[in-house]
Amino acid sequence: MGVTLPSAVIVRTLADTPIADLPALLVPALGETLAMVGIVMLVVVLAGTPTAVCLHNMAPGGLFENKAVYGVLSWIVNIGRSLPFLVLMAAIVPFTRFVTGTNIGIAAAVVPMSLAGIPFFARLVENCLREVPRSVTQAARASGGSPLQIIRSAQLGEAFPAILGGLTINTIAMIEYSAIAGTIGAGGIGYVAVTYGYQRFDQTVMIATVVLLIALVTAVQLLGDGLVRATTPHLRRR
Amino acid sequence: MISLKQLTKVYGRGPDAVTVLDRLDVEVASGEILAVVGPSGAGKSTLAQCINLLERPTSGQVVVNGEDLSGLPEHRLRVARRRIGTVFQSASLLSRRTAAENVALPLEYLGVTPAEAKARVAELLERVGLSHRAHHYPFELSGGQRQRVGIARALALRPSVLLSDEATSGLDPETTRSVVSLLRQLRDDLDLAVVFITHEMDTVLHVADSAARLDRGRIVEQGRLVDLLTDHDSALGRALQPRLSPADPGAGARAWHVTYDSRAVPADWLQRVSADLGEPAALLAATIQNIGGTSTGNATVGLVAPDAVRVEAAFARHGLRAVLRPTHHATRGTAPETPPAEPTLTTTRKEAALWA
Repeated sequence: MGVTLPSAVIVRTLADTPIADLPALLVPALGETLAMVGIVMLVVVLAGTPTAVCLHNMAPGGLFENKAVYGVLSWIVNIGRSLPFLVLMAAIVPFTRFVTGTNIGIAAAVVPMSLAGIPFFARLVENCLREVPRSVTQAARASGGSPLQIIRSAQLGEAFPAILGGLTINTIAMIEYSAIAGTIGAGGIGYVAVTYGYQRFDQTVMIATVVLLIALVTAVQLLGDGLVRATTPHLRRR
Repeated sequence: MISLKQLTKVYGRGPDAVTVLDRLDVEVASGEILAVVGPSGAGKSTLAQCINLLERPTSGQVVVNGEDLSGLPEHRLRVARRRIGTVFQSASLLSRRTAAENVALPLEYLGVTPAEAKARVAELLERVGLSHRAHHYPFELSGGQRQRVGIARALALRPSVLLSDEATSGLDPETTRSVVSLLRQLRDDLDLAVVFITHEMDTVLHVADSAARLDRGRIVEQGRLVDLLTDHDSALGRALQPRLSPADPGAGARAWHVTYDSRAVPADWLQRVSADLGEPAALLAATIQNIGGTSTGNATVGLVAPDAVRVEAAFARHGLRAVLRPTHHATRGTAPETPPAEPTLTTTRKEAALWA
């Protein structure tokens, strides 16, 4: 009697997952989400920050004003910002496969997430840099700083708490993107929520993933706020 | 010492070109403070940026201690900038660095060793009287203290020229006075050539040795402060005087606006004029002060004497110039504009309005 398997599987999946089994399901998923978001944020910061610095300083009044290059760079960033993540993810599948050799899993999710995250972060940081008074950059120039020294100490240095705020926003957006990427089999909390909660009507898992996502986003926000406070002198002392 | 030779700055090209600075010739010797004054839009900020080489002049030269800096290539310009210390409006400090770390910034850029920088910063903070505030952040400092940190930072690389770009604007009068006296003291101690750019006329009297007036990109008048203030025909000299609201001269009397027109005005001129004219002179408004060892000022005097020529002569005998005030000022008791203009000074009234 080798045909009992299907019915057993169906019965098993139609019932909600027992609460005791949730950790076994969610802990690895959380780990995958953190890995995905962590790798993506690393790429985003490393690529997005220089992009933002270039955008800011090539714009009129910047340290190395260059209208033409600024126009092109700004246009590229806008394209990256234009596409909804789901569309971007689908559109660049051939590119993803070319880079990672696969179109499912964490590696495959990291590519579209980074491509969406870099322009997002670049615009956030550009905005932060714009908030630094021009006179601070001028004072740094008058103090004999080289462009790199000025960017580091005056621009990024002054904007640092604001950039951390932007980093928090960006990280939370990437957690959201990782859930969307979960639908193409990237793993993580999003994948669990979709396969168990949505496709199998498993209420327990659905609620558990929602709670977990809320907790994760809250934790990231609290950490971000704490870092902003710690790096802003007048907030730190109170 | 710094001199600007035919300094010109033009923004834009072709028909849209705007000449912001037009062939300026200015020279400031070591140990001298030159105040550059002018209304908004006169080109003061552009001048400041050309002096500290943040902007390259379109033509003309910026010469510091005999070397023309305006034509240097960018990387050498950065080095050249270190010879000119700049104090900015509102200090422009880095908000996440302490006072000491802000002062250390130019030393850090230069690559001075931390130990050396530390000693130099301590010395600079001592000089501006802020040793006790070294480890405070800008938000914990008052406006005047922030400006002192800005001054210490500007002096970090031992410049021979100090540029003050509206450094006292926005400070209260008391703080302005203390910052100004610090600048004068530093000028004496370090033999600096100081260019003090401001739109506040009353600060100029306290800080400058000489003054230049910038209007629509041109230097329209410049000279030693004492000369300007003891020359009745100097529009700048008169603009530098405090403006007063004279009391009512009373029935039958007329109000005369009196300005110093010589360096040798006797201190008791009022009694002398009164004796000459044979009538008591009523003092309706006056400000007299010592500028570089010379008395200067202006006054409004009420006299009954009907003979204008005789009155003018009485004042002229003592090195003063008297002009009859239009009567409506006295009767209305409002703030005066400028004294009645002579034909050569037709622009005075408009300027007064511009400067108000």
